[in-house]
Amino acid sequence: MTHRPAAWHAATVRSVSRETASARRIEFEVPTWPGNDAGAHLDVRLTAPDGYQASRSYSIASSGDSRRVVLAVDEVPGGEVSPFLVHELQPGDQVEIHGPLGAYFVWTPGDERPVQLIAGGSGVVPLYAMAELHDREQDSTPFRLLYSVRTPDDRFFASELEQIAARGRLEASYVYTRAVPAGWHSAPGRVTRDALAAATWPVDRRPRIYVCGPTPFVETVADWLTELGHEPRAIRTERFGGG
Amino acid sequence: MSFITRGFSGRGRDRDPRLPPGQTLVEDWPVLSAGPTPDIDPADWEFVVATENGRHTWNWDEMHALGVEDITVDIHCVTHWSKLEMAWRGVPLDKIFENVETSYDYVMAHSYGGYTTNVPLDELLDGQAWIAFEADGEPLTPEHGGPARLLVPHLYFWKSAKWVRGLVMMPSDDPGFWEQNGYNLHGDPWAEERYW
Ligand SMILES: Cc1cc2nc3c(=O)[nH]c(=O)nc-3n(C[C@H](O)[C@H](O)[C@H](O)COP(=O)(O)OP(=O)(O)OC[C@H]3O[C@@H](n4cnc5c(N)ncnc54)[C@H](O)[C@@H]3O)c2cc1C
Repeated sequence: MTHRPAAWHAATVRSVSRETASARRIEFEVPTWPGNDAGAHLDVRLTAPDGYQASRSYSIASSGDSRRVVLAVDEVPGGEVSPFLVHELQPGDQVEIHGPLGAYFVWTPGDERPVQLIAGGSGVVPLYAMAELHDREQDSTPFRLLYSVRTPDDRFFASELEQIAARGRLEASYVYTRAVPAGWHSAPGRVTRDALAAATWPVDRRPRIYVCGPTPFVETVADWLTELGHEPRAIRTERFGGG
Repeated sequence: MSFITRGFSGRGRDRDPRLPPGQTLVEDWPVLSAGPTPDIDPADWEFVVATENGRHTWNWDEMHALGVEDITVDIHCVTHWSKLEMAWRGVPLDKIFENVETSYDYVMAHSYGGYTTNVPLDELLDGQAWIAFEADGEPLTPEHGGPARLLVPHLYFWKSAKWVRGLVMMPSDDPGFWEQNGYNLHGDPWAEERYW
């Protein structure tokens, strides 16, 4: 981890693009950004003309010393901030961001323990940042990802993750909860304890485990991981909210 | 340096004056934890206060026997949500410290699972903090820190250590787990002391 003090920054939207049917990728230019570790997050603060403000946390999909900061935001229907970010925000618009935040849910190259990433839905954002850094830095630690998501089209960073996997830099497995591709090996459904055990590093490999997603998903998976015998302190979690 | 973001109007115009800056009122109860949720049986639970003079311990029944209070407080999480007028039940730290002698001014709260958080002693006494067992009329569930958590409602909620198992007195205000990982040493929500 590199120590980079958190501070307020003015961020200008450089580009927006469709991530999934409900989510959008937003790329900001932040001239004063100190860079960030893979897995860190930031706070976005929006101010209305009458001074009203709203703040929410978002994980950072990018990492390293870049002044370019990438977020991927899923719309929570009826929410105050995410529908604005997904539908209204346009290139050239400015928001305030505070960060980088979080020195625990981060991964830094050079650690020898194998890494297990486990994501639910938009929870893949900080884990993608770790997989991308690991690939970019040519780090030799073996990486696995288990990604639970509604349908193949709901995957965030789908093509990037496929490319990293195709280079042999990541073993990715997917669990589809609502609809599966043609010829898929199982019916749609939530991840089970057995499927989790089968798709993740066994306990004797002493993996470092990062679990991120909606709170109930993280609770369930983290409980199973400890039941399977993983050391609780090896399991780092980030809960995005939701019930 | 705040500036307006084009097109943003937001939702809640009538801002409740009990909400600190940057906080949003929630009806549900979100969860902030850094790892898995430990499962602790009250029968095995033990609470320790360690000072430069020795150790004091209480089991579950002894802790309750110190005197459980009903309190209604507002809570504020660093991840921008607040809950107002929550009903809690717990033992005030004043009762716990009645028979504890220490010249140290700072406390490290320790939890099952290995987490720690630091708080000055004078922010835990005089009706400012409790060892809490119930919220909203129900025993605290494990994901919310059950069977017992520290409750320090005037500070950001990570200071209200979940799964608390003891307090260690310290001569200086050393950072705990959360504070070493980016959160503020003190954590006053009204001053927005969120991060370093
Ligand atoms: C550390 C951290 C990192 C995060 N990173 C990301 C990220 O990379 N991408 C992303 O899309 N989101 C992320 N989130 C979630 C994000 O902060 C907001 O909670 C989310 O965008 C909803 O905000 P809102 O204002 O639209 O909804 P609100 O107006 O706050 O809430 C509307 C309703 O939706 C519920 N709700 C709130 N959050 C969620 C949620 N995450 N899922 C389901 N229901 C919810 C609320 O309980 C409420 O009932 C992160 C959260 C945290 C704590």
